[in-house]
Amino acid sequence: MIKEKLLLSGNEALGEGAVRGGCRFFFGYPITPQGELFEYLAHRLPEVGGTFLQSESEIAAINMVYGAAAAGKRAMTASSSTGISLMQEGISFLAATQLPCLIVNIMRAGPGLGRVRPSQADYSQATKGGGHGDYHMIVLAPASAQEMANLGFEALSLADKHRTPVMILGDGMLGQTMEPVALPEPIDPNQLPPKPWAITGAKGRERNLVLAAPYTDDELIALNSELEKKYASIQEQEARWESKFLDDAVVVVVAFGSSARMSEDAVLKARDEGLKVGLIRPITLWPFPEQAFATLQSIQAFLVVEMNNGQMLEDVRLATQGDIPVYHFGHGGGWVPSTQDIYQKIVELYSKRGV
Amino acid sequence: MTELYARPRSMTDEANPYCPGCGHGIAHKLIGETIDELGISERVIGIVSAGCSVRSWRLYRFDMVLTAHGRSPAVATGIKRARPENLVFAYQGDGDSAAIGLGELMHAALRCEAVTVFMINNAVYGATGGQAAPTTLIGQKTTSYPLGRDPNHTGYPINMAEVIAGISKNSYVARVALNNVRNVLKAKTAVVRAFKTQEKGLGFSFVEILSSCPTGWHTTPVQSLDRINEMTQQFPLGEFKVPQGLQP
Repeated sequence: MIKEKLLLSGNEALGEGAVRGGCRFFFGYPITPQGELFEYLAHRLPEVGGTFLQSESEIAAINMVYGAAAAGKRAMTASSSTGISLMQEGISFLAATQLPCLIVNIMRAGPGLGRVRPSQADYSQATKGGGHGDYHMIVLAPASAQEMANLGFEALSLADKHRTPVMILGDGMLGQTMEPVALPEPIDPNQLPPKPWAITGAKGRERNLVLAAPYTDDELIALNSELEKKYASIQEQEARWESKFLDDAVVVVVAFGSSARMSEDAVLKARDEGLKVGLIRPITLWPFPEQAFATLQSIQAFLVVEMNNGQMLEDVRLATQGDIPVYHFGHGGGWVPSTQDIYQKIVELYSKRGV
Repeated sequence: MTELYARPRSMTDEANPYCPGCGHGIAHKLIGETIDELGISERVIGIVSAGCSVRSWRLYRFDMVLTAHGRSPAVATGIKRARPENLVFAYQGDGDSAAIGLGELMHAALRCEAVTVFMINNAVYGATGGQAAPTTLIGQKTTSYPLGRDPNHTGYPINMAEVIAGISKNSYVARVALNNVRNVLKAKTAVVRAFKTQEKGLGFSFVEILSSCPTGWHTTPVQSLDRINEMTQQFPLGEFKVPQGLQP
């Protein structure tokens, strides 16, 4: 049976995906370019008996999410870059208390207020722990409106599974481009597995506590060990990526999100010209899919394409252990590469490697 | 043997963690007694954050959340929207509510969020060593205002009960003090009325509690009771707003 497809912007697709994935609570503050997601949920959530609340700030929004998640509900917020910076304290608290939730960052160009052009400059903030303390969250990087819907649908199940905040990292171009989308079948949020740790009122049980500060020094060290173990298990289970043409690739382009879309076209064009070029597209940015780089024999160079001054570049270098040269093509500040730009860079690198 | 006086059932056997003469212990007990009397211990959810009262979750048998400094009213909003059948209260200090968390508190009040906020006003930051609060009185010496509060330099104390009463359409707002038996009994009444406001779905409820901090004030416990009396010049006691539907 052919699934019905709808023409949706990436932001709307993500919103509908999250609703179908059982999300019933959204708290957020207006900012561009995540606006369509915010406004979509403003009318969509009440239709399914959910709650949409515009907060007084991003700081309040993330703390409202903290409350709803502590109460055991599937909750999310969304913002863009500067608003996400304001949420960092709250994200650290969500990681400390192991509360599942979804945080969407539709990135704009920074630093500072910057401008609303698309950017991928919050990669390091998202993947290295933007707030204080040793923590990680799962970071998902969709590259199409379809993937915005799929990952939006799945994010809160992943969050519940590991009791962790999950971030979807998109950008303004991905959020606002309209594409045909086949939507996943909705799940019933009332049929989800119980959360015995949630604060629901201590009826017929001992009290539950959601504590962002353990009482003793030893308890905090124990919490850090527990988190370390959890993060190791997430790294083992959840790394995702998409690879193309690696069997014979001499040069491999590595890119995520919007820049991966342009990179894929450039790789196809280069292959049409007879160049042995491949593509690795990380879908989880944390955990970074190091496995994708494990058994690559023929490769002589990596080209990391990203809309920033070189952030994922560091993770690719770590994953390849310095064995193979890694080059960067990218700029911050709202620069968007064209397929032709990337193609020329591939050709340049290909001839430089003497292959 | 008949038990004449006991801890509230909703409280644990944990020792009071505060300095001698501190008012927090009395405030906690009034809340515990009220929760017992209203029979809501299986429905109530408490929120604490940074400050001396950060450890007060140890004193209660019901569900508790510890959150970031100043953010309790936003967290309370998230919990209450998620579980309207529960009763949610936040326990804040004067710095938590009137400095770093002023925005969250005022907007919860503006939305008439059906939650209860207890604000301990002792005009000083106790946990960090006696620095000034937004409620520090003119002339009052603190470790950060060593020459006393000078309004030309740091402005004037904020009267939170009046502010909240002024902006929150449907709310219960009172200011009480913990310096003598009569006032403690009045404080208890305000705590009960705040919870009843929430239980009846009448709106936001806010009780500002003038409380002692002998350590931060460098006073004896007995002197600190007189100091609370002096505070009432700046912070008059009474009910500032009573929602329609709550008995007078």
